[in-house]
Amino acid sequence: MTSRTPLLSAHGLTKAYGNRLACAGIDLDVTEGEVLAIVGESGSGKSTLLSLLAGELAPDAGEVRYRMRDGQIRALAGLGPAELRRLMRTDWGFVRQDARQGLRMAVSAGGNVGERLMGMGERHYGRIRGQALDWLGRVEIEVGRVDDPPSQFSGGMRQRLQIARNLVTQPRLVLMDEPTSGLDVSVQARLLDLIRRLSAELGLAVIIVTHDLAVARLLSHRIAVMRAGRVIETGLTDRVLDDPEHAYTQLLVSSVLAA
Amino acid sequence: MTALLTFRDVAKSFTLHLRGGVVLPVVGDVGFTVEPGECVVLGGPSGAGKSSLLKMAYGNYRCDAGAILVRDGDAVIDVVRADPRVVLALRARVIAYVSQFLRVIPRVPALDVVEAAGREGGLDAEAALARAKDLLARLNLPERLWGLPPATFSGGEQQRVNIARGLIADRPLLLLDEPTASLDDRNRAVVAELVREKLKAGAGVLGIFHDSAMRDAVATRVVDVTHFAPRARAA
Repeated sequence: MTSRTPLLSAHGLTKAYGNRLACAGIDLDVTEGEVLAIVGESGSGKSTLLSLLAGELAPDAGEVRYRMRDGQIRALAGLGPAELRRLMRTDWGFVRQDARQGLRMAVSAGGNVGERLMGMGERHYGRIRGQALDWLGRVEIEVGRVDDPPSQFSGGMRQRLQIARNLVTQPRLVLMDEPTSGLDVSVQARLLDLIRRLSAELGLAVIIVTHDLAVARLLSHRIAVMRAGRVIETGLTDRVLDDPEHAYTQLLVSSVLAA
Repeated sequence: MTALLTFRDVAKSFTLHLRGGVVLPVVGDVGFTVEPGECVVLGGPSGAGKSSLLKMAYGNYRCDAGAILVRDGDAVIDVVRADPRVVLALRARVIAYVSQFLRVIPRVPALDVVEAAGREGGLDAEAALARAKDLLARLNLPERLWGLPPATFSGGEQQRVNIARGLIADRPLLLLDEPTASLDDRNRAVVAELVREKLKAGAGVLGIFHDSAMRDAVATRVVDVTHFAPRARAA
């Protein structure tokens, strides 16, 4: 398990906006069955890092490598646009903070889930609808809402629909950008439970960006703390949060209200 | 045969960067072992570092020096230096840790919390459910509470869920931090019985029990933590 090649690894990822370094020499990796949290305050570079990992932004230096389904390790930068698009539509999921960026708001819930299947080449309407219904059930959206568009859904339901849309193609890697922020606490708890259960059941590799240390503690196995574009501390989540080594991590942890 | 758990020359301090970098020494020169079938109880006053030692053995706290060796089948792993993934694998298979507080996702029912811990510890779904029910029943948690999330329970009820969660799987090394602090005599006796069953099955226990009745019921040896007072540092 430990000697296995990681599913995704980043090596020396660097990205600057003008003369401000958003990401500076970042190394990390994640493998199946593992949740990695990236925490830090706004402006620490964590969202830029996620975009670099997803291949949405090109790094100034460094690279992202991915173990493809056939076992080959490929650099993202070496994939053609069509290959990259196929990867993102099938083998990867991306759950956005703002559901409006991750969903088609005017298309029905069932259509949102079915679209990814059609992107994989599935054309059989009955099978698409069957799988869409199955996934809506797994994320606890009532069958009666399948034909409603997400514009009529609450914030928590939209996030659950995003998860269904992403997981229907059985991805191996899911990136999440602040998936629970802006939700009521009770809605958050339900979503966290769902993410945790599904990622464990499906053996997903998950990289989750969050500013909420409680979310990182509940969901992640390992954590990377970012500040000013650098990973300043990394390790076992509970060790980093309970016995932080770096002055900045100590500040972050001590600034949270204990609940 | 190698011990289940070995502390060798372990030292630990906290550096408080937000307090001008002041260093708080916790323990130094820690050395002892826990063998199969043994219940080693850490003794000493509050603040002597007993809980810190348990957390270090679980990989939850870092160490400044020394090694903490945990036997995993034929292998021996140093928790101090092991990769996070190795520590997580040890927790799944070898080390159980029961703290004084239950920390779970808010809306998950008590029975599911315990059953999930069983599956994470390697039991199949059927065995995990059966054992979860059996443990909650033995710990006198009323069946009407099983389907409710523990957040609404009393301290003692939460603690019994926590104990069931910690003891459900067959891990060979148990770290128990005051598991009976908030329990009445009847339930304390149940926990003592559960611990003795684990010892009989060959598990090793490292525990903290302030309550002397519990300690007398399970301890095979007491290690006085004041012997591990940290050496004075040159400032």
